[in-house]
Amino acid sequence: MPDAILSALLFQAGYNAALVAIGSALLGIAAGAGGTFLFLRKRALISDAVAHATLPGIGLAFIAMVALGGDGRNLVGLLAGSAVSAAVGLLLVDWIVRHTRLAEDVAIGAVLSVFFGLGIVLLTVIQTMSSGRQAGLEGFLLGSTAGMLRQDALVIAVGGALALAVLVLLRRPMTLVAFDPGYAAARGVRVQAVDLAMMGLVLAVTVIGLKVVGLILIVAMLIIPPVTARLWSERTDTVVAVAGLLGGLAGYLGAAISASAPNLPTGPIIVLVSFSLFCFSLLMAPSRGVLAAAVRHRRFQRRVHRRQGLLALARNEPILDPLTLKVLRREGLIRPDKVATDAGRARAAKALRDERRWEVARRMHQDEGTSGRYDGLTSIETVLTPDEIAAIDAEIGAPRLADQGAS
Amino acid sequence: MSAPKLELAAEDGARAPSPAEIANASLALSEITVSYGEKPAVFSVDAALPRESMVAIIGPNGAGKSTLLKAALGIVPRLSGSVRVFGQEIERARDRVAYVPQRASVDWDFPTRVIDVVLMGLYRELGLLRFVRKTHRERARACLERVGMADFAERQIGQLSGGQQQRVFLARALAQDADLYLLDEPFAGVDAATEKAIIDVLHTLKAARKTVVCVHHDLATVVDYFDHVLLINVRKIAEGPTATTFTSDNLQATYGGRLASTHIDQLKLSS
Repeated sequence: MPDAILSALLFQAGYNAALVAIGSALLGIAAGAGGTFLFLRKRALISDAVAHATLPGIGLAFIAMVALGGDGRNLVGLLAGSAVSAAVGLLLVDWIVRHTRLAEDVAIGAVLSVFFGLGIVLLTVIQTMSSGRQAGLEGFLLGSTAGMLRQDALVIAVGGALALAVLVLLRRPMTLVAFDPGYAAARGVRVQAVDLAMMGLVLAVTVIGLKVVGLILIVAMLIIPPVTARLWSERTDTVVAVAGLLGGLAGYLGAAISASAPNLPTGPIIVLVSFSLFCFSLLMAPSRGVLAAAVRHRRFQRRVHRRQGLLALARNEPILDPLTLKVLRREGLIRPDKVATDAGRARAAKALRDERRWEVARRMHQDEGTSGRYDGLTSIETVLTPDEIAAIDAEIGAPRLADQGAS
Repeated sequence: MSAPKLELAAEDGARAPSPAEIANASLALSEITVSYGEKPAVFSVDAALPRESMVAIIGPNGAGKSTLLKAALGIVPRLSGSVRVFGQEIERARDRVAYVPQRASVDWDFPTRVIDVVLMGLYRELGLLRFVRKTHRERARACLERVGMADFAERQIGQLSGGQQQRVFLARALAQDADLYLLDEPFAGVDAATEKAIIDVLHTLKAARKTVVCVHHDLATVVDYFDHVLLINVRKIAEGPTATTFTSDNLQATYGGRLASTHIDQLKLSS
């Protein structure tokens, strides 16, 4: 099995497997990067409505192509049909939100289920048509890569590249609208048009992804990579890039794994790989990860004890807590006989001044945005601006110069 | 509406501004009406705000102050009315207008740094594809310097206090180098040091012959901060220089019973 995966990774598992791996990777990149803006705009769920709304279009396109005497299974024709019905579904959600009192989640639920229901009915009807038996349209539900052709991979490559180009072109307006739509509108950005372009991007990714992961699971490729990338970065551009990379990696690995054994479905494996990357990130990410949070909590506990110990030293109070004593002793702030060292005295004086400043700061800044930073432990210089500190010091009285040099 | 109130309104210039007044105004509003559903939030408000002045838009909660600002900028749709900026259609004067929204209107957990928010102010210059260059970054940094936030440029915005968030929004507006600054409650929920930092910046703008318009809620500071006031409560109540318009009578008309007369007595009023 590992050999099989390795050979698939190196494109040695056959022509079809290589095509699928390349197609999946490209799709993953486009979906991850494009999905990021949807996620930042807090409209991730709308992609689910778009995906389910593709199904009636597939059915109708098949019927139309057969009725015109062509091959109903022509991929470009089917995708064009799915794009049209997905666009109708998208505009319907938009219309419901704007012109009725229904909220977006309700509109998404309604469009998603009605379009999907209609699609299933059409697929059942097609089953009864003489030319419909072998249509294989149900493959669009969960994706089917077994019979993937070169031109299918080409459709994905071209579509993905176009989606990425649009994304690069519109990244600034999309970022501005996602962060602050009011300001964007005041600058003359047409917020509604940018939103529609963003949705169009998602629609395009969904349509080209139908063949690989299917309409039910494409949502995972749009949402999981951005959520994962957000764990790793605090900058929009980086989140977009990392989401694209993670999406591409999941697509490539997932396709390779599914090619390594018979009867492993490509789409679901890709989603599971993507989810594994998410779990790894959730644990390991540097500042937002679970482990980092645990380490931070431990450090925080030590800081609390250090601060309490320093304040006790400054006020000449006895220190009883064993952890406090341990922290102070290890940092050379007290001697083994619990008497403060020179460094300890300087730090204690600084801690006392900081404590007084925080006391005033808490009173002056009663807004909630700051409360998280008002732990009374962080050195106040790193949290407030110089003029804010000056205002505080004016209230305390002039800071004693003796404290200034101490760190 | 009772007869005496109508008279009062006419006296204080609640009539529509003349074409000459519109051409000379920094921001001229004609018959602005905005409605959420079927209830007007702002009804037929006219105003011609003077150039190179500090203007306060004052009124009780729900009086439509912020809505009026948003309608002027086209952020919320107008049912009726027109807007002119320095005598031009607003669409043609966008680059001369800088808007500072309420800081609570955005999600501060957004993945971006302080400097990136200020760089959004250079959006028009950067266009779709131009790279952010050193000169852009230096200009953004200079704007942060003006609001006392230069040391915070690389911080993630989620780490800022409320007052600091407000300063960053102001720095973004400064980066636009506009002529008309529209601020929505810039002093709401900020600390005293930030309030002073902001008012200092606004005064330097006025000294540089810019116009500043603030939606303002703190009646106690109106006389100190502003030289022109627009009093609204859905409709316009009065507009004019602070010295003649910020009066006890006009405040009573604006706030109705919601402002106790003892409260008014404690305010610094113009007459």
